Parts: sequence; C-alpha cells; structure tokens
Amino acid sequence: MCFLPLAEVFLPEETRAAAPVDFLQELPSYRSALRRRAAAGGGQERRTAPRGSAGLRGAEAWGPEPEPEGGGPAGRPAREYPLSIAEKRRLRDCQQADIKRSSGWKQWKRSSSKSLKKVLNEVKELLSYLELWRHDIHSIEGKFGTGIQSYFSFLRFLVLLNFIIFILMFSFVTLPSIISTYGIFNSSFAKTPPENIEPYCTVYKPSGNKGLVYFYTYLKDLLSGTGFLEGTSLFYGYYTIDAAWLSVLRYNLPLAYLLATFAYLALSLLWIIKRSVEGFKQNLVHHEDQFQSYCNKVFAGWDFCITDPNAARLKHRSLQYELQTDLEEERLKQKIADRTMKEKLRIYSLRMFINVIVIAVLSGCFYSIYRATVFSQENSNDVSNTNFQANLLVQYLPSMVITLANFIAPQIFSFLIRFEDYSPAFEIRLTLMRCVFVRLANIGVLLFSLWSQISYCATDKCKACGYNYELYPCWESEVGKEMYKLMIFDFIIILAVTLFVDFPRKLLVTHCSCKPVQWCGLQEFGISDNVLEIVYGQTICWIGTFFSPLLPAIATVKYFIIFYIKKISLIHTRKTAARPIRASSSNFFFLVVLLIGLVLAFIPLGISIAHIPSSKACGPFRSFNTSWAVVPATVLGFPTGLQQVLHGITSEAFAVPFFMVICLIMFYFIALAGAHKRVVEQLREQLVMVRFDPLVCTPKVFFVVSVIRHAEEQQCS
Amino acid sequence: MHGRYHEMAPNVVPMDYTKDPDVKLPMQLIINMPELKENPFKERIVESFSEDGEGSLSFNDFVDMFSVLSEMAPRELKAIYAFKIYDFNTDNFICKSDLEKTLNKLTREELTAEEITLVCEKVIEEADMDGDGKLGFADFENMISKAPDFLRYCFKKKIVSCIFSGIFLGYHCVV
Repeated sequence: MCFLPLAEVFLPEETRAAAPVDFLQELPSYRSALRRRAAAGGGQERRTAPRGSAGLRGAEAWGPEPEPEGGGPAGRPAREYPLSIAEKRRLRDCQQADIKRSSGWKQWKRSSSKSLKKVLNEVKELLSYLELWRHDIHSIEGKFGTGIQSYFSFLRFLVLLNFIIFILMFSFVTLPSIISTYGIFNSSFAKTPPENIEPYCTVYKPSGNKGLVYFYTYLKDLLSGTGFLEGTSLFYGYYTIDAAWLSVLRYNLPLAYLLATFAYLALSLLWIIKRSVEGFKQNLVHHEDQFQSYCNKVFAGWDFCITDPNAARLKHRSLQYELQTDLEEERLKQKIADRTMKEKLRIYSLRMFINVIVIAVLSGCFYSIYRATVFSQENSNDVSNTNFQANLLVQYLPSMVITLANFIAPQIFSFLIRFEDYSPAFEIRLTLMRCVFVRLANIGVLLFSLWSQISYCATDKCKACGYNYELYPCWESEVGKEMYKLMIFDFIIILAVTLFVDFPRKLLVTHCSCKPVQWCGLQEFGISDNVLEIVYGQTICWIGTFFSPLLPAIATVKYFIIFYIKKISLIHTRKTAARPIRASSSNFFFLVVLLIGLVLAFIPLGISIAHIPSSKACGPFRSFNTSWAVVPATVLGFPTGLQQVLHGITSEAFAVPFFMVICLIMFYFIALAGAHKRVVEQLREQLVMVRFDPLVCTPKVFFVVSVIRHAEEQQCS
Repeated sequence: MHGRYHEMAPNVVPMDYTKDPDVKLPMQLIINMPELKENPFKERIVESFSEDGEGSLSFNDFVDMFSVLSEMAPRELKAIYAFKIYDFNTDNFICKSDLEKTLNKLTREELTAEEITLVCEKVIEEADMDGDGKLGFADFENMISKAPDFLRYCFKKKIVSCIFSGIFLGYHCVV
C-alpha cells in the first residue's frame, strides 16, 4: 500500500505545494514521501483520481476528474480504478495515446514491464497449482471457515518442514554413511578405536534376530525399535564412522552430523519466525482485543466466499455470538472495576489456592511419568521374548502414561478455571498456556528420567565410562528408541481415536434418537486441542532427530496421513463450531506454540550434546568426550590465523560488547516504535479537532489521514 | 464470464457483443447466482455496480463487479466499493441507520435492540475520526486498512481473474 496514490487521489493541485500542518513536515515519513514524489514526478503531474462511478451522484468528495497527462508513463493500470467499464476504456485509450506520444525508449520500457508483469502473474498462478493440497484446503475454508483452514495450512507447513529436515539429514549424514559402508564410488570409511578409553566401554552388540524367530518378534521390533531395527540407519548406533573417504576427499562425518543438527534447528527457527512475523506485527501495533474489534466484526466479519446455506447460517450465528461475547466482556470489565476490597481479597486467595492445585496436578503427572519410565527401563532390559503383549506393554508404558496425562490434565484445568473468575478471553488463553506447558514438560520429564537411568553410576568402572555402560552401551540409540516409540504411539492414538470414538459417536447420534445421546451430540472440531497435539508430535521429532536421523521421514509420512484422517473426520463426524476463531489470531497462536516447542527442544538437545559424555561403543562421537567436542577439535586443525579469529569471537572480550551493542540496537527500535505511536496519537487528536469543512479542510483531513496511515506503516515495518 | 452472464437469461443475452448491444439483466436474476445467493449484502452489491442504481447490470457492470470481488483487486479499490455497499441510503456517509441495517443483515435480526444500539455506538466510537457521529470515507478507509481480515474474508471471489475479462472485451493492455 503506498502513500502516493492516496495523496494524489485526494489532494487537489493547489495544496500540493505546502504541507498544511507545520509539524508534519518534521515527520521523517513525510520527508521521504516528498523525496519519492520528487523522484517519480518530474514532469508527471498526472492525477488520475477515481471519479465516483454510477450509483453515486454528485460525489464531490471523490475529487477532480481524471486527466492523464502526456509525458510520463501512466502509473496504475486502468482496471484498478473504481470506474465503469466504459470509462475504463476511455482511460485506457488516453493512456495508449500517451504512450504513442512518448519516446521509443519509454514505449519499450513500458511494454517490457507490462509483459514482465504478465509473465510473473502467470508463473505465480502456475506455482500456486503446485501447492500441496491447494484444492482440499480451499474447500475446507469454504465449508468450515478460516480458523479451521488455518489449522490445515499449519499441518501442511509441518509436512513441508519435516520433509526439508529429512532431506538435510539424509544428504549430509545418512547418504555418505551408506555410500562409504557399501563402498560405492570407490569410497571407504575409517573406524578409529577411541584412545584412553577402557575397553569394556566400547563393547556394543546390537542384538539382531538370528535364526528362527516367531513372526510377532518382527512386529514387536517394528513397534519398539529393538531387534532388527536397532542396527539400521534409523538409529544413532549405525553411524559408527569416524571419517569417510570418497576417492581422495575426506568427509568428516562427526562434524557433519553435528552441523546438520544445528542446521535443521536453525532452519526451523528461521522459517517459523518468518511465518510469524506478519502476525506479530499486527498484534504488537494494534492490540486487536482493545482496538477496533467491533469495526472488524461488522465490516470485515462476513466471509464472502460462503456459498453453502449451512455454512452461511452458522456464520450468521457465529457473528451474533461474537458480538454478544464482546458486549458481555464489556459488562464484565465494568463489574471487575466495581469490585470491593473484600471481594478482591477473596478472589485473589481463591486464585492462589487453585494455582497450588494446578501445580499439584502437574507434579502428579511428572512423578507418574518418572516412575513409569524407570519401571519400563528396568523391566524391558530383564524380560526377553517371554510374553509378547506384556513386553510391548512395558515398552510403551511411558508413552501411555504421557498420553493419559495429556488427556486428563487439560480437562482438570478447564474445570478449575471456571472458579478463578477471569474474563472469557483470558480464561481461554490461560488454559491454553497451562495445556501447552503440560504437554511439552511431559517430554522433558521423560528425557530427564531416562538420563537419570543412563547416568546412574554405582561402580567405579561405570564412572570411568561416564554412563551406565552395562545397560546402555549405546545410550543415544536408547533415547532414539524412546522418541521413536513416542511418535508411533502418538500416531496410533490419533488413528484409534478417530476410528473408535469419532465414527461410532457419529453412527450413534445419527441412528439413535434417545435423549442423552442427542444431548451429547457430535463433537466440535477443537482447534486448540488439535494444534497442541501436532506441536507435541513435532517437538518429539525435533528432539529425536539427533538420536535417530530418519525420524523426520516418519514424521512427514505421519503428518501426511494425519491430514487425510483429520479431513475425513472433520467432514463426516464433526459439527461446525458455534464460535469459530478468526484466522488472523489463530495463525499467530499456532506459530507461537510451535516456537515454544522448538525452544523447549533446544534444552534437552543442548544438554545431550554439550554435557553428557557420548557413548564410546557406537556413533560418530566415540573419540570425543562429548558430542560438542568435535567442534573444538576441528578448529584446532584450522590455520593459526583463523583459529585466533575464532577464539577471539568466542571469548568474553568480544561477547560482552557484542551483547551490549545488540541491546542498544533493540532499545533504539523500541524507542522508535514508541515515538511513532505517540505521533500517531497526536495526529489522531489533531484530526478530531480539525472539523470537516469541504470548502477549506477537505485536503487537510485526507492528507492527515494518509499521513497517519503512513506513520502507522512505518511503525509496523 | 460471458458464458455465465449468458446462461442466466439465454433468450435475452446475445452471444455477439461486437455491436455493443444495450442489454441489462434485472437484479432478481443476478442475486440468485450461487456465488451471491448466501451473501446478506447481495442486493447492495448489485445496486452499487449498476449504472442506474436500480440493480440491473449490463455485461460491463457484471464484469466490473466480479473484477472488484476477485482476489487480485487492490485493497483501495475494494475499500471504495465496500463503503458504497455499506452505505444503504447512499448519502456518502455510513450513519447509524446504515450500521443498524448492516448489523441486522449480518445477524439475521437475532440481536436485541439494545445490543444493536450498543454495537453501533461502539463502531462509531472506534472509527469516527472527525467527530461528526457518522463514518465518512476517510474514516472508513482508515479503519479498514487496519482490519486484518478485510482482504482475507471480504470481497474475495476465486472464480474470476481479471485477465478473463480482458480477453472477452478485447483488453490486452489492462494489466
């Protein structure tokens, strides 16, 4: 949206020379607009103000008639003007007459820019056909609204993200390993035994299945990552290569493994931030809740793409509910402002008590996950092949407990929040935050309990290795297996809930007309629950990819299938929500939750890479103390000058001033944003004071409006 | 596009437009189109694009309408036509009675009179810049530029791209 057209549209010729309000000249935005106008103008005094089209007689407010002048190339295409087709034709003829009068160079420039624009438009249209699931998401948007459509777009984003991460890990880690292991293209690999390590630390024999085994062993192995699956490239233990040689080139696999990990984390972070920047701008500058919410609902509330009568009826109802909720919130705010001291005291003590209960519930969840993990680890190492079902149950115990906790805790939270007497919007947000915390912290607790098992050292021999070498000769593979099990179980649960809860419920509601069943009715599509589910799955994928490089491929396939499952479930078994969330706020919310998941994934990964000693029996980091140690070792191999530079960058002498400079820059931008906001407020007040007087003040009013808008855009960018 | 226009009244609309015939379709036919049928503002939309203000659209007006409704039209254009549509009494201002009519159309008259008054007051309070108690075009445009859902929801039809209309009417430079 650019400043120029509006000023051109509404300013008559005469007042262009001087700024109507003095202090506006001080605005940097006004100055840059002047500069831009001077650059673009030159001989071009063309003002193609839109004339009021038919249906609006005597529209003086619209400004003077269009008079395209010769000389410069006409700016905007005729179709962007609010004129009738006959007038657009006239405008086009005038523009074409202009072109004929202008020089050959200008003609060529104009025609080439036009054809370039056409080509770009067509390319954009073609590319949009390549978009995955374009048609499906369009039809979901039409039938169910934009809130649910943003959930499916989010799912598509995750499929693409996981696919890219898989490509990254596969090409830099798995492919070189496979090539060098099988000696393709004259390659070989080197396996240097680690020095200064006790020999018993380096013993690792992944128990593949030898001889005749029952069929169900394969199934058990597939589901829990043991047996034949353990030695494959799915898990960390396969990559026991210290260097790969492709003819004469040396490929440093340990370094590549670590850098690929950092790369996929950085890629995810940058991509999510890029996507959420739009929503963040909107939320920061225009807190939608307090600002203009009624106007948005009245003027931008109706979805013009609705063609289905059912969807239309529901949209009417949802708009009605939204407006009623807003009015209700106003009344509640008034009520809160009118509270007495005694009531406030009572409310605050009640809230504190309920928070204590919440913390108790959380601790209960965490403790049960810890005990389940410890139990599962102890017993799965003892039992071997005796009872297939019991073994599988023990293996999957942590996943089951986590899923149960993820199901029960949100119900408790939404029950408790009713007593805390918050406003409806804040209630929703607080419950959501608590649920996010529960789901993500559960993974953290699982990993913590795993590590406590792995690094539990009773004997001195064990302390020499740094981890429990007897039970976990290759502990990274164990962690990888747990993440793999979590992911598989999550997928099974989603499938099972859809098949065994949603469809039977739909059948029951359709065919049984007894009161309780009809009162229960169909379930709404809970966007926040579903989003938390997939963010939970994605966090597992991020943590697990370091320990199991092929996990992103499984995640891609899993989300691909989940898209279709959710779509079918939505279309056939769900009733449309009475209060749909709007797309603009939901997009930002999804990405914020995903970002929280990513940041929380950094913690366990950071600890594993930098703190816990890597296993000496398997993996690319055998010769190093920790996984991170490969980086300093590589840096030592650089030329001295480069080493010194790198040491300088990572030393405190550089880091502290750098951090301070970053803080200063941040404060500068915050101050700038604050200053723009104040200018916007001042201009707004100015506008109210300037009365709308068509003889004198029309240009002023419109000019100031446009400057306000421009100032706000500056603030946004 | 011409096919759609023609099939609404095949005996009236000629196939050949080179002689520029003066054919107009009445509002009743247009508002029964599937794209507009469920829209609460369909009558206002058709009235804003018709030349005589009564709601009958010639083919030019028809193309105009879908051109503005398409995803490719710029925001300023959509804002101008949105203003016209919400201005029920065509006095160049969205006053309280216009807002009441808009609300009733949006909620199918489910809100109580008190709620409608409250919402209208809130809207005018939020958007009115010059303090005259009604929304002029400047107020409306300023407000709509801050509405994040305006381009997403409103005035968006995915059926037509402007290149279509260009081809039919012999435009090759309306880019």
